[in-house]
Amino acid sequence: MAFSNQQLLDDLQQQFANSILLVEEPFGLLTIETNRDVIINMLSYLKGHTTFQFIFLTYLTAVHYPDQKEKEFAIVYHLHSWVHNFQLRIKVFVPSPNPEMPTATVVFRSANWMERETYDNMGIHFVGHPDLRRILNVEEMDYFPLRKEYPLEDQLRQDKVDSMFGR
Amino acid sequence: MAINPDILDKPLVTGSDAGALVEFVNELTTLNLGPTHPATHGIFQNILQMDGERIVRVQDTTIGYIHRAFEKLAEHRPFYQITTITDRLNYCSSPINNMGWHMTVEKLLGISLPKRAQYIRVIAMELARISDHLICNSILGVDTGAFSGFLYLFQEREKIYEIYEEICGSRLTTNMGRIGGMERDLSPLAIEKLRKFLKEFPAVMKEFEALFNRNRIFMDRTVDVGPISVADAIDYGFTGPNLRAAGVDYDVRVMNPYSSYEDFEFEVPVGTNGDTYDRYLVRNEEIWQSLRIIEQALNNLPNDGFHADAPHYYLPSKEDVYTKMEALIYHFKIIMGEIDAPVGEVYHAVEGGNGELGYYLISDGGRTPYRLHFRRPCFIYYQAYPEMVKGVTLSDAILILSSMNVIAGELDA
Repeated sequence: MAFSNQQLLDDLQQQFANSILLVEEPFGLLTIETNRDVIINMLSYLKGHTTFQFIFLTYLTAVHYPDQKEKEFAIVYHLHSWVHNFQLRIKVFVPSPNPEMPTATVVFRSANWMERETYDNMGIHFVGHPDLRRILNVEEMDYFPLRKEYPLEDQLRQDKVDSMFGR
Repeated sequence: MAINPDILDKPLVTGSDAGALVEFVNELTTLNLGPTHPATHGIFQNILQMDGERIVRVQDTTIGYIHRAFEKLAEHRPFYQITTITDRLNYCSSPINNMGWHMTVEKLLGISLPKRAQYIRVIAMELARISDHLICNSILGVDTGAFSGFLYLFQEREKIYEIYEEICGSRLTTNMGRIGGMERDLSPLAIEKLRKFLKEFPAVMKEFEALFNRNRIFMDRTVDVGPISVADAIDYGFTGPNLRAAGVDYDVRVMNPYSSYEDFEFEVPVGTNGDTYDRYLVRNEEIWQSLRIIEQALNNLPNDGFHADAPHYYLPSKEDVYTKMEALIYHFKIIMGEIDAPVGEVYHAVEGGNGELGYYLISDGGRTPYRLHFRRPCFIYYQAYPEMVKGVTLSDAILILSSMNVIAGELDA
């Protein structure tokens, strides 16, 4: 590894002075929190940086924390620098009603379907996405199933008659 | 191959009927490929705009026909019950998915496995890789019109499934291993079957390669079909054999070794221009390398137990459950899902049959994951498909799809 967590962090802190909100290292994986104003700049900075070379977006997803006020949704970007075998996780928290994020498709083309999936599951609106439609669920669906307020079917429900299912 | 724009303007027939025909020729045909087209090996729909035999562009790609909301389901299940969900991701190589999940949870729980358990896992995973690549390559052969290679290899795949049966009791959706190790040791019969497979399989594989590798028809159909450049492949999130065929030697087993892969000697094959033929060759070579790994693991199998000492998470043996109080308690607690996991956030990736299969697990200290995201390799690289089939013929588009090894179960999760 050509650089350490600290070196990368120092560089980012210099570059995005007040936008590194929180730093963690769960299981050695550097995890930083930033805000949505700088995230796209940060992604393209990291991708284009001659030393770091975070050229690969491993995954992009979202997590719902309904109890955190004004920080209900975390959008998670996982970058991988193959040259140095260095992984970095970036989180951005957005507030709940109509969560909006700038699209990362301008930096990574692979973000296209990942953002569609995130929109489909969590209802995050990626502003500027070329084709933000549902991808796994049906178009007519009017809710976002991976949000915590949608429970799985109640196992005790009475309105399903067993004989209808051949049991 | 680029489309010649002149084609559209050139009338096929001249004379009195030419006017009507020109109109006909200038029109693009919309072709609905799928969702249940037999040649797509899964449920994918592509709406193609065709100019004769050539695809001008892919108008729309629909996926999700077998979406089962695994990520939501996983939030409502205890950790050990999620293994059965992972079976149904890439169902051509279930053991890899199972082991990847176990390792993710073990990372969260801080369990380290004895070497023997790790080696058994490596054997299972490499068998799975072989069977995954066998299916992909032989189906590719079928799509070019050669059926016999497929039949030869499926006989061998059956033998791999028999070994699975010896290891875990089931064949396709294996649910192999446990959090904290394997459910049982390799039986003498399993080792015997493995040895037999290692001895007999290379001859069949050589025959298969002799049938295809320098086959004139096969090469004509696959060389320079659906190539992808390194830059595009990385930008589209390619991993696994498809990426290596383009020329990048990224392999999770080498870069971030797990389950003692660092103990084994093997090579990472790479291609040059990422076309269908390269993808085929890379997979073939990986089969040989997997055989090498299995042989090394089997010959150096240590003797330090097939599971970790983690009574809170690893099911005790049935004998102990009936005779020992503690084992009975643990058995009950594990089965009822009453084991709390520590708070944590883990990402663990394994080299799946078709790329980097990752598990992003967030635990809030409860009995189920707070959030579990599967990084499914083919979901991410399948989005390059519309780009790759632009300008190729319909028959080549089918080949590109099968050479990309897109598995519907994993795509739709």
